[in-house]
Amino acid sequence: MLGFILRRLGTFIPTFIGVSIVSFLFIRLLPGDPILLMAGERGMSDDRYAQLMTQFGFDKPLLTQYWDYLNGLIRGDLGLSFKTKRPVWDEFFALFPATLELSLCAIAFAIGLGIPAGIVAAVNRGKWPDQALMSTALVGYSMPIFWWALLLIIFFSGTLGWTPVSGRISLMFFFPTDTGFMLIDSFRSGQAGALASAVEHLILPTIVLGTIPLAVIARQTRSAMLEVLSEDYVRTAKAKGLSPLRVNGVHALRNAMIPVITVIGLSVGTLMAGAILTETIFSWPGIGKWMVEGIGSRDYTAVQGGLLMIAVIVMVVNLVVDLLYGLINPKIRQR
Amino acid sequence: MPLLDVRNLCVEFKTADGLFKAVDGVDVQVDVGDVLAIVGESGSGKSVSMLAVMGLLPWTANVTADAIVFDGVDFTTAGAKQRRSIIGRDVSMIFQEPMTSLNPCFTVGFQIGEALKTHLALSRSERRKRSIELLEQVGLPEPERRLRAFPHQLSGGMSQRVMIAMAIACKPKLLIADEPTTALDVTIQAQILELLLELQNDTGMALVLITHDMGVVAETAQRVSVQYAGQKVEEQCVQDLFVDAHHPYTHALLAALPERATTRTLPSIPGVVPGQFDRPQGCLFSPRCAFADAQCQSAQPLVQSESLGFARCHYPLLDGKPLQASEVRK
Repeated sequence: MLGFILRRLGTFIPTFIGVSIVSFLFIRLLPGDPILLMAGERGMSDDRYAQLMTQFGFDKPLLTQYWDYLNGLIRGDLGLSFKTKRPVWDEFFALFPATLELSLCAIAFAIGLGIPAGIVAAVNRGKWPDQALMSTALVGYSMPIFWWALLLIIFFSGTLGWTPVSGRISLMFFFPTDTGFMLIDSFRSGQAGALASAVEHLILPTIVLGTIPLAVIARQTRSAMLEVLSEDYVRTAKAKGLSPLRVNGVHALRNAMIPVITVIGLSVGTLMAGAILTETIFSWPGIGKWMVEGIGSRDYTAVQGGLLMIAVIVMVVNLVVDLLYGLINPKIRQR
Repeated sequence: MPLLDVRNLCVEFKTADGLFKAVDGVDVQVDVGDVLAIVGESGSGKSVSMLAVMGLLPWTANVTADAIVFDGVDFTTAGAKQRRSIIGRDVSMIFQEPMTSLNPCFTVGFQIGEALKTHLALSRSERRKRSIELLEQVGLPEPERRLRAFPHQLSGGMSQRVMIAMAIACKPKLLIADEPTTALDVTIQAQILELLLELQNDTGMALVLITHDMGVVAETAQRVSVQYAGQKVEEQCVQDLFVDAHHPYTHALLAALPERATTRTLPSIPGVVPGQFDRPQGCLFSPRCAFADAQCQSAQPLVQSESLGFARCHYPLLDGKPLQASEVRK
């Protein structure tokens, strides 16, 4: 087991270097000069411009700049943000809990609805619950996420007035954010209505971010269940006189979960990409919104650092998924 | 009253090309403590008819019967819940492929204990005790260690033993064994059959053995039911069947046994079992029958009397020779 984890961590190194090169080059390929953007409309003298170029190291060859960046990375230094002059590392982790909270809620929403929907569809294959669920899932999967978000805002926030439009909590509340997770902090503050406000603010972003993973999980659960339901051991379970709930929910589902777990792991990558749009639309102060702003101001260090951190998170999640296989599938565990 | 009494069982499968009749008017009677062998070629509907009794067919199957009465309960009218309380407790089944019939995600102990928990509501320690007892009964060494094993750690023979332990967990009155030895090595085959007969002998449960192996039939069964293309064509007690088979199909099957062959090459039955699209109008066996005439090809034969083995034939055989129409008492 330990050997397996170490081997997997070993494969992280080339992936990590690859992502660092891509993220380093990607932001520099964008037109626009970060120093001119910093100066704003008034512009600056040529002397000052050259001075700043030297200060940020932009006068050096690209390869040297990358080498300096890589050297920093090895020491865990992502550099200073151009815009705020604060370490990228600190900026990232100040905002990360907001994104994590939203992502966890979204994935919980997707799993909580997607797996039961997939089971119901598979058990009623070809009948109306199957057709209704799967066509809904297809619509959900095909829906552009920003458009879906706007529709929900117009209906639930606008017409019905049920949910707030943006932010993480109502401005009426103020309390220390120790953990960075609004649900926990608002609960700990003990202020009446704080937790409810935090929940209200989470609902729409959660639905928007969770929709695509929900559709993918539902469809994957259905097809995995269909495959498993025709297996001999499901017939054996029925021959024992077990209830349909136990046959489908224990004997079939446990086996069907193996491919579903893979999809859940892969959705985490999609979730991070989705978070950029969702956070921007709902003014959710997380990594996604921060990255979009970073791209706008050509904040090279912030964007490349953020991309790198997201890549590492996706890699770690997929490692965890691989370890989960062992829990579910005894053949892998005892090899 | 027989323990299991199935009357006029029909099973049709919806396929892309229309309905396919897999079982066509089969009757099965099994008495308490009886050992019945159901024999027939692949596709003769022997497994399907027993899966229909257990209610284990996929949703594409349409099962109809005048009656499927087990131990006084008619499965055709009983509710799903009542049926589930009987299946796995009083009547249980083991299957052809032991390696894929156990759930790969759960331990042997879990899978045996499940039946005990569902039907007998035994506590955890009672379940463990009974499971160990069962594994000893089916001849698995180190039962305590086996309880923690997963199916992929067992061989085919061991898996089938576990399946048998699961099936007899609640002391059933009837065990249906669907070709239990087909997927196993020859040496293991004999052991598993011996085990089944031993258990049958010890517990007095009835046993239905589905097989296509006449050798197995001769060694194990008391009564034999021969199926062909979804119909029962003959039923006799085992000694009489091997001495004097009344249906030409049974006769030809027995003639094809290596022990009985008199020529250098083994005799065989020409042709194949009719499928969905080439079902003959008359007797289903007529295209392959050595004795068939015009009547056989045009009219479905009726079932003969018990003295003629309930043979479904116009001209049943007596001492290997077909009786003429005048001699047959319908």
